[in-house]
Amino acid sequence: MPSIRQNPHPDVLPDFRNLGVVARALVAVNLLGLGAALVKEADWLGAADVFVRSTVLIEPPLLGTLATLYVASPLLRRLPYWLACIVVVALVLALAAATRAGLGQFADVSLARMLVLAAASTVIVLAYLALHRRAYSPALAEARLQALQARIRPHFLFNSLNAVLGLIRSDPRRAERTLEDLADLFRALVSDGRSLVRLADEIALVERYAAIEQLRLGSRLRMAWDLDQAPMDALLPPLVLQPLLENAVYHGVEPGTGIGDVLVRIERAGDRVRVLVENPLRPDSGENKKASVRAGNHMALDNIRERLMLFFDAEAKLVTRAADGRYRVEIDIPYRTGRA
Amino acid sequence: MNAPAELRVFIADDEAPARARLKELLADVRAEIATRVAGEAANGLETIDRLPGSGAQVLLLDIQMPGMGGIEVARHLARLERAPAIVFVTAHDRHAVEAFELNALDYLMKPVRAGRLAAALKKAQAAGPVARERVESAGKLANAGAREFFSVTERHRIALVPVAEVLYLKAELKYVTLRTRAGEHLIEEPLVNIEKEFADRFIRVHRNCLVARAAIRGFERIAGSADEEPHWNVVLDGIAERLPVSRRQWPAVKSVLPEARP
Repeated sequence: MPSIRQNPHPDVLPDFRNLGVVARALVAVNLLGLGAALVKEADWLGAADVFVRSTVLIEPPLLGTLATLYVASPLLRRLPYWLACIVVVALVLALAAATRAGLGQFADVSLARMLVLAAASTVIVLAYLALHRRAYSPALAEARLQALQARIRPHFLFNSLNAVLGLIRSDPRRAERTLEDLADLFRALVSDGRSLVRLADEIALVERYAAIEQLRLGSRLRMAWDLDQAPMDALLPPLVLQPLLENAVYHGVEPGTGIGDVLVRIERAGDRVRVLVENPLRPDSGENKKASVRAGNHMALDNIRERLMLFFDAEAKLVTRAADGRYRVEIDIPYRTGRA
Repeated sequence: MNAPAELRVFIADDEAPARARLKELLADVRAEIATRVAGEAANGLETIDRLPGSGAQVLLLDIQMPGMGGIEVARHLARLERAPAIVFVTAHDRHAVEAFELNALDYLMKPVRAGRLAAALKKAQAAGPVARERVESAGKLANAGAREFFSVTERHRIALVPVAEVLYLKAELKYVTLRTRAGEHLIEEPLVNIEKEFADRFIRVHRNCLVARAAIRGFERIAGSADEEPHWNVVLDGIAERLPVSRRQWPAVKSVLPEARP
């Protein structure tokens, strides 16, 4: 089964053949030098003087490094990020030492100091470039979101259609409603997954989904909703709740012959929104399930976790707990509304 | 009232609408093939319980059912003296479908079409019960894993013994004795096959004996006597009976204990 790559753009060294990257590195290092000069000298003229003199020390290793990186960039980008960073720092240090040696007594800075300054500015520039990459690669983030877009289990689709067919003659009205619910569900599934949706809409969708499952499973599925404290205007990524409920039914209700209680609770706590989905924990039967299905479960949860991260960064949390015969998934996201 | 030509069909599916749908379709194809619903079940265990007495000739068997999946149900039913023909029904299970194809087992995809159903029923009626070997081979291919039950087949009844309750299995002539805390059962299966299927649950302690790893509490040394060589006995949880460990198996068996110890 092809798996979703959880990290399609891992950290690599920036492309030093990219003009933007080169320009940013040049400006950043010179700004650092200017900053240092401003700190060192009280008056503007003095500072300008120090800066100009320091460029003698700064530019040769800087330009040398950028030239070397221009050539070696494709090679370095194949290395693991940390290793490539070490290579860059080593290169800078070597060029800095060579510059210092070449200037001889003209250099007004000790070798140790020069090397420490060179290393520090290199690390700062690399960190800046990495941050920049992460912040401004919307295209990558979008591609990732689309790849991560929730998918419905084919098992559910075919069983639902079968259930509707079983209903058409005996209860045409209910069959109609179920098809409408299915249509809404699929509209959400094929819609653009890149913008936030209102909690109220997400809840409506998940209720439709629950209605379909209820039809299939009858009394075996006992849903409990605790939504009184749910902030209906909160925004969240689309299709976060539905896969959670789908998991709960698939793992907690379908494998059992008795009644399965599923609880959905959504509440606001200060500036946070908390979602809890709880289902019975089924002992891992040696059935055709096992590894593949449990892996599937983790994939669905990892998928939600990553989408939450793309939207909320470190502010979102998804935790799972299995205790007292119940399996719980809790999501904790910042409370945001359209106005904020 | 039933004309003898009516084919007796048993429906096993955990979803009520799916069973309703199959019944409607059976009525729809009546002109082509006359059938009568001999019974229904909403999970695997119910199927095992109800089918043998129902007189069903064909079983429409959903493979994804709680309690016991369809493939294991088929494996147990295949041991019945008058086993039904089986048509598997699945919504979506790639592995199972491949396994059915390779073993020439008949199956229907949900949503089921009337035409396909009629064809499958006719075929099943002509072919009769499926060979156990084919079901077992399909089970293996479909990744169904080990069974959860042993079945003791009586004339019109199948008694299930959960594999988890079995302390040891001992081969005697053509039978294997299953020992649980509650009692003993006889099944008709080669010990070698059981050893292979449940390799991580049972360990061979003797040429004719498999023991549940989890049930091993310890070993005791038996000093030799006039008619007995010195050997080790395995002590099992919950029963007083001791089982001898053969010299050949001892090295493998003794290494089980450290992990069994709490």
